[in-house]
Amino acid sequence: MATPLVAPPLVKAKALFCPNCGGPVELRGFGHAITVVCPQCLSVLDASTPLLKVLQQAEEAQRPTLKIPLGTRGKLSGVEWEVIGYQTRGVQDVDTSYAWDEYLLFNPYKGFRYLTEYQGHWNFVTPLEPMPARRAVGGRPAVWFEGRTFKHFSGAEAITAFVLGEFPWRVKVGEKVIADDFIDPPAILSSEKTEDEITWSKGEYTTGADIWKAFKLPGSAPSPDGVFLNQPSPYHGRVGGIWGTFGWAIAMLAALAIFFAVLTRQRVVFNSTYHFSPADQGEPSFVTPVFELDGTRDATLELDVNTNLTNDWAYFNFALINSDTGAAFDFGREVSYYTGRDSDGAWTEGGSTSTVLIPSVPPGRYYLRVEPEMETGIATSRRASLHNVDYQIVLRHDVPSYAWFWIAASLLLVPPVAYTIRARSFEKRRWMESDYPPARSRGD
Amino acid sequence: MSERQANCPSCGAPVQFRWSSAVQTVCPFCRSILVRDDLDLKNVGQVADLPPDPSPIQLLTEGVYKGKGFQVVGRILYEYEQGGWNEWHIVFSDGASGWLSDAQLQYAVSFRSGGGEPLPPSAQVSAGTRLRFQETEYEVSTMTLAMYKGVEGELPFPYFGKTDMIFADLRTSGRSFGTLDYSEEPPLLFLGEWVEFEDLNLKNLRQFEGWA
Repeated sequence: MATPLVAPPLVKAKALFCPNCGGPVELRGFGHAITVVCPQCLSVLDASTPLLKVLQQAEEAQRPTLKIPLGTRGKLSGVEWEVIGYQTRGVQDVDTSYAWDEYLLFNPYKGFRYLTEYQGHWNFVTPLEPMPARRAVGGRPAVWFEGRTFKHFSGAEAITAFVLGEFPWRVKVGEKVIADDFIDPPAILSSEKTEDEITWSKGEYTTGADIWKAFKLPGSAPSPDGVFLNQPSPYHGRVGGIWGTFGWAIAMLAALAIFFAVLTRQRVVFNSTYHFSPADQGEPSFVTPVFELDGTRDATLELDVNTNLTNDWAYFNFALINSDTGAAFDFGREVSYYTGRDSDGAWTEGGSTSTVLIPSVPPGRYYLRVEPEMETGIATSRRASLHNVDYQIVLRHDVPSYAWFWIAASLLLVPPVAYTIRARSFEKRRWMESDYPPARSRGD
Repeated sequence: MSERQANCPSCGAPVQFRWSSAVQTVCPFCRSILVRDDLDLKNVGQVADLPPDPSPIQLLTEGVYKGKGFQVVGRILYEYEQGGWNEWHIVFSDGASGWLSDAQLQYAVSFRSGGGEPLPPSAQVSAGTRLRFQETEYEVSTMTLAMYKGVEGELPFPYFGKTDMIFADLRTSGRSFGTLDYSEEPPLLFLGEWVEFEDLNLKNLRQFEGWA
């Protein structure tokens, strides 16, 4: 009786010899390799048969320096991966030409993944078996996958420029695919189309620092250049939040303003009506009777001038004078109100009333000196009457002041506005590199 | 699962059946292909050595799918232009039989559909063809021409005598997939889904040098 034919308990790695240069060719992917490249002479070998037929010869001059050397192992999201293959792929268009690196990762149980790298931007890529459904969003192509919409970013013919290590499929230098990228940062869906089939993969944006840490690479990761197509925006999802915070702060500020407004007494301390015409005899200035601003703290004082001016102006010089100390606070106000009708219809300019708010007046006894000024002569608008004005002066003590509210509100507005601008500019920089650059899409 | 035992008609060694409905098994000692014929086991041929294959799964690997335990009792190794893949015949604790496929370590579980739905002949199917089975829309992604590279263990049908086979791979935008198997007339339909290795909770796997 023969021994039962059971699978060997341990699957062993294999080493072969390059039929071209005789150098050792290590196979790290156990039996999965279909193509392997001799690390010495860069012959691309057919690993699907033990003969290792030479398929192609790559040029030594093109050999790049791998950021993660073949055979390096690292842990990404809890799974150990070994770098077993590498390729440089590029796009050569009339107006653009660029290349990126792809590292093939292997785990004998979990299968194959890739790391792609372009100017310091990394993606951890998983091959997909499902085929994302195509749909258009806003007139542009998009795909739908796992409940998310991925917008088309760009499509181009990608050419394999260099290969090293081993691959579980046939690779060769010069191989062309039509590659299309669809993004929902930090995720990216990519399709690669050959004559026979279309394959999909899903990438997740990863920082160079994470790669350096995962594979314990010497030194530190080069800092990324520019904005990558699926690089998560540092502002994404936070613009709404910061506006929400702004809303809350404004609401609290408004509540505070209302609270202070309720506390104010808004007492009318003076109210009187006057008439003025520059044609009148005598000194136009006069002083009001003394009035008392009581209380123990400094408070606001509001002065309202209500006039009957129409198509005319008047200027009022005021001085608020403390009757005990003689300290004076001078200020002036022009009141002008014009109205009429032209080809666009009725119009008005200015107003017949004016308000002055003196923010902080110590309590005490005060009087007001008033000096009105007007144009002399005949007012054409008033059917040939002389310039004159009826006006009322009202003084209100301890009225609510909202200036601080507006100053605080506009200061609070700075971060969300700045944030929104930066978020927009980040997205703009992202899409500038796409098939749909923002500047052009408006005009098209 | 009731285990039955018989003796290999060729070498006399004990042959165990782990699945009561198995139609074929391979004698693990002399590699004879044994087909069940009523109560008898008939030796219909010899299998060649299975080529070395890097699947981490082997006969007697155990796992869990949708809360139900299963055991790997058989295997078909297919080869096609781009490489090879394994269809592992799995039998669940309740006797149901299905397939765990491993294509370059992409795993999927599928079951033969006995729905009696009309299946299009292979001449009417090509990449891009849309088909609807059990309320799900499938698209034919590729037509694969494959051949048997080897068999092991217990299978629900006799493998003997088949050479080239045409499969239509059915994909969806989600995890569901299907296969139309044109090796028989009428064709067979298998429906299932892509699964993650870690979700299968597999035990009794093969070991790989240098990997814990």
